[in-house]
Amino acid sequence: EPDPLITEVQPWAQGLGDGVDAVPYGLPIEYEDDVIRRNVEWLTADTISSINFTPIHALDGTITPQGCAFERHHSGAIELRKEDYRLMINGLVDQPLIFTYADLERFPRENRVYFCECAANSGMEWAGAQLNGAQFTHGMIHNMEYSGVPLRTLLEEAGVKPEGKWVYVEGADASSNGRSIPLEKAMDDVLVAFKANGEALRKEHGYPVRLVVPGWEGNMWVKWLRRIEVTTQAIESREETSKYTDTLEDGTSRKWTWEMDAKSVITSPSPQSPIKHGPGPLVITGLAWSGRGSITRVDVSTDGGKTWATARLAQEGQDKALSRFYLDITWDGSEMFLQSRAMDSTGYVQPTKDQLREVRGLNSIYHNNGIQTWWVNAKGEAENVEIS
Amino acid sequence: EKFGLGRPALPEEVAAWDLDVAPDGTGLPAGSGSVEDGEMLFSENCAVCHGEFAEGVDNWPKLAGGEDTLADEDPLKTVGSYWPYLSTVWDYVHRSMPFGGAQSLSTDEVYAITAYILYSNYLVDDDFVLTNENFLDVEMPNADGFIVDDREASEAHFWNAEPCMENCKETVEITMRAAVLDVTPEEVSEEVVKEQEEIKAAAEAQATAPIAMPDPKLVAAGERVFRQCKSCHQVGEGAQHRVGPALNGVVGRKVGQADGFRYSPGVVKAAEEGMIWDHDTLDAYLESPRAVIPKGRMSFQGLRADEDREAVIAYLRTFN
Repeated sequence: EPDPLITEVQPWAQGLGDGVDAVPYGLPIEYEDDVIRRNVEWLTADTISSINFTPIHALDGTITPQGCAFERHHSGAIELRKEDYRLMINGLVDQPLIFTYADLERFPRENRVYFCECAANSGMEWAGAQLNGAQFTHGMIHNMEYSGVPLRTLLEEAGVKPEGKWVYVEGADASSNGRSIPLEKAMDDVLVAFKANGEALRKEHGYPVRLVVPGWEGNMWVKWLRRIEVTTQAIESREETSKYTDTLEDGTSRKWTWEMDAKSVITSPSPQSPIKHGPGPLVITGLAWSGRGSITRVDVSTDGGKTWATARLAQEGQDKALSRFYLDITWDGSEMFLQSRAMDSTGYVQPTKDQLREVRGLNSIYHNNGIQTWWVNAKGEAENVEIS
Repeated sequence: EKFGLGRPALPEEVAAWDLDVAPDGTGLPAGSGSVEDGEMLFSENCAVCHGEFAEGVDNWPKLAGGEDTLADEDPLKTVGSYWPYLSTVWDYVHRSMPFGGAQSLSTDEVYAITAYILYSNYLVDDDFVLTNENFLDVEMPNADGFIVDDREASEAHFWNAEPCMENCKETVEITMRAAVLDVTPEEVSEEVVKEQEEIKAAAEAQATAPIAMPDPKLVAAGERVFRQCKSCHQVGEGAQHRVGPALNGVVGRKVGQADGFRYSPGVVKAAEEGMIWDHDTLDAYLESPRAVIPKGRMSFQGLRADEDREAVIAYLRTFN
């Protein structure tokens, strides 16, 4: 039967489309309106102090568009004009300084791609499979190309005194979100960024200036960055004591768990991205990352970990950035238990959830990087499960 | 290399922003506050979310209780059971609270609220006064409950193991399914979208005809939105004053008229100036309480959606 979409002249092949001034700053076409950040209402008391999730099940490649990159606020996304922006460097420095936005633009800057993952990503899954979708289990992550000034450059401009061992970084919003970072990291790869993926930061990501702390938990990537204080000690703010600490089985808690360990997830097929085409060629794809270095290898299992095949990395792993992997198979139409296992340049191998629980118990909330399982049935539908 | 960019920070500027307090007391300003004063301040500024006894409302953080639960299946992490440093409490209340009114508390008020939070955790007596002098004497029960990240040692076996590729396990059984728990958010259905649109339309009609009888759909929506107000305000038959006044008959009435309620000076002043709780005033107040009555005690962050405010006003009107 000939396809009428081909044999009949279609309206789009006859009439005219939009002019160049229809949408001066573009949005996705309406047919993609299901590819959006989503909130899990029961997680928090109010959306002002909450988090949403990147639709990773519907994206490909590695760069996350800003418009669907997850948001986490503690007092809501504020509106701060560049003209009203001030950055203070104080504490144990030779000369406390104030920079305007225009000042920042005059320092030599860098471009770097990094992932930003909330420490609580997959946190709802510690005690077992809960949320049915890669967006909800693994969507507190994004990966962007940042343009900004190395924090080192600004600290050197102020002159760090020898007794300075930490920096305390703080945002301009009402939450005053602040975190302590060892000076060694601050002088290494931390960026004071004002562009992401080539355009100005979005309001929800800290416009006009945020901190980029490569490989370390997202809470430290302070948005609306307003102050950097050089200190002798960690401030032990609310965000590094009562939150973002990991409680072990015996009730003691780890603090300063900054690095995000190697992790991966299959984004398709997955519960929100079922197989619709039946048996035959199937692209299995997903994301892998490590806060300790670059991804060197990802293995994929279709039988729940009995056997593994090494997937193809779309490009060589980059330092503290997302890697995209593919495993191209011929699906025979039978059920699968899909898993992925990442390895990084430090030799770290992504553990199973049970291996993590053996060390940490069930109450850690943060830093869950265990191997995810999707159960795909013969119809191609996928579900979040845990297996023996 | 120096670029000569930026300008020196002035001492007043550093003083205005450099507020953080470290565990050893660095940054703590002189001052004091009692449990007794703290109880009233907590009721006025904090109880809307954290409860009168710091026990927490809805999903908002519980600040008291949970002692000896950290090794339990569901630990309750509060200031008393979990927080290692008192400096963190003082610093956070001072810089970040109350929610929607950050940095509105004086130094002594922060001392008093911190003292009350300690009292609500049975860590000090009811006649305790917290000062910068005795601050470091307060013992936090979980001060020794933390270790520095030891993953590279305790999880060393996650490194450099040769991953298994073949015959890694014999059987695979499902032990847990997310679908059984069923807590994944649903896609918003067309019905829900339609209902939201109807409420919006009713809200717009209400705004242009504020005297008309409220639309039942809007009243029903208002009853749902009013849940956020219920921890402080009662309405309807037998309504009593709580943190806030009972709200029967409030729409259209002069400000500050609920019998037997002790109003803040801000509300008393507004009443003296003849402010009326008409539609527009209520609407502005519900959007941002402190924008309408700056020194008022309603520590509510406000309703951002126009239709939510219209719905609450419509709901309250049914109690006139």
